[in-house]
Amino acid sequence: MKILIDEGKCVGAGTCVLAAADVFDQRDEDGIVVLLDADPPHTSLPQVRDAAARCPALAIEVVE
Amino acid sequence: MDHIVLVGASAAGLTAADTLRREGFTGTLTMVGDELQLPYDRPPLSKQVLAGDWEPHRSTLRQDTDIQRLDMTLRLGCRATGLDTADRVVTLADGDRLGYDGLIIATGLRPRRLPFGHELAGVHVLRTLDETLTLRAQLLAGPRVVVIGAGFLGSEIAATARGLGLDVTLVDVEPAPMARQVGTWVGGLVGDMHRDHCVRLRMGRHVTGVTGENGRVTAVTLDDGSRLPADVVVVAIGSVPATDWLAASGLPLGDGVLCDRTCRAAPGVYAAGDVANWPHPVAGRRVRLEQRTNATQQAITAAGNLLSGPAEAVPYAPVPFGWTDQYDAKIQTCGWCPSDATVEVVDGDPQARKFVALYKVDGRVVGALGWNSARALREYRGHLTGIDAAR
Repeated sequence: MKILIDEGKCVGAGTCVLAAADVFDQRDEDGIVVLLDADPPHTSLPQVRDAAARCPALAIEVVE
Repeated sequence: MDHIVLVGASAAGLTAADTLRREGFTGTLTMVGDELQLPYDRPPLSKQVLAGDWEPHRSTLRQDTDIQRLDMTLRLGCRATGLDTADRVVTLADGDRLGYDGLIIATGLRPRRLPFGHELAGVHVLRTLDETLTLRAQLLAGPRVVVIGAGFLGSEIAATARGLGLDVTLVDVEPAPMARQVGTWVGGLVGDMHRDHCVRLRMGRHVTGVTGENGRVTAVTLDDGSRLPADVVVVAIGSVPATDWLAASGLPLGDGVLCDRTCRAAPGVYAAGDVANWPHPVAGRRVRLEQRTNATQQAITAAGNLLSGPAEAVPYAPVPFGWTDQYDAKIQTCGWCPSDATVEVVDGDPQARKFVALYKVDGRVVGALGWNSARALREYRGHLTGIDAAR
């Protein structure tokens, strides 16, 4: 699994962190998404997919 | 279930399609939308698209290939005009009748209009991509802009217009911008920010007229007799749920489509997004959320519940989340921020325009607001223990 993020689209809602805290965080200064693990273990796929689905800016792409 | 129809081709409708396919629905999927464009996102319209920072296509929600992968029939540029829940048929403007086993209503909102003035050139509302591009062209041609309504949308339009170097006046009946959404204390800070950017604020004022010459707007008049010269007027005085097409359907309608706690409005019929009104199981009252985050979250729940059936359906109990970007400020809310709440700053400094405030009703925390504090705000979500106390 590969995760691609678009910082230019991210609105800093933090929805991804609520869905998959091991994979996503936010920058302190502006809340923009920080990818903690660009190639996480397969077991976290459901959470990562959920994060991508719930992102209000569609800033996360999951390539399986 | 063989055929599911989605009425509404924006964030909620598209998320419903995604969810249905992801959850294994292999039947026929039809999406109906009254605009011609492929599904696009609305929050960037009043910001990046109106400012010209984004090409319009960047607001498109999915690439063509992703849309194709959903394997659905798109009926774009075609309004749904009626619904028969007994025969399970949606009627379209071109006369077609679509039978369905499952239906998700995600028709969103229509902008509210003033009772006067909209016949004049230069008077605009902003809801769609086309309206945004038309407004942008007008803004580039006329230096004096009056924005009527200082909610989230009006305030964003004012900020974007200032960013384009225009002369902007922002008018609202409330004492401060966004007062209805975040209360007068934070609203006051929003007003200060606009003043710092040289927006003229006319708060606590009613618009009494919009005047024009030769069919084109020239001024807005207020209830104190003042006259605001205008080349362009933007009316952003709120929206109404787009339920007119459901008037004869027998569906329970009120402030939106009245659903149960699982987003179901009738057998096989669910609603999601701006148009859906449902009893929030934690808040303990009916709510309807005009928030982008809700469009996605509610569509995921509604689509899942449609597939699983009433016996397995789960109640929809989100923590509301909204945001606005104006100038260099990102203001985010979670929970409810009612205007009668007590507001307490718990993190940062309002003067530095970086803080988190909690909203309390009867001593219980019902909401939180972050100003340039996205990460800190998230950490306060867990403090929202009194959502049931918010009115």
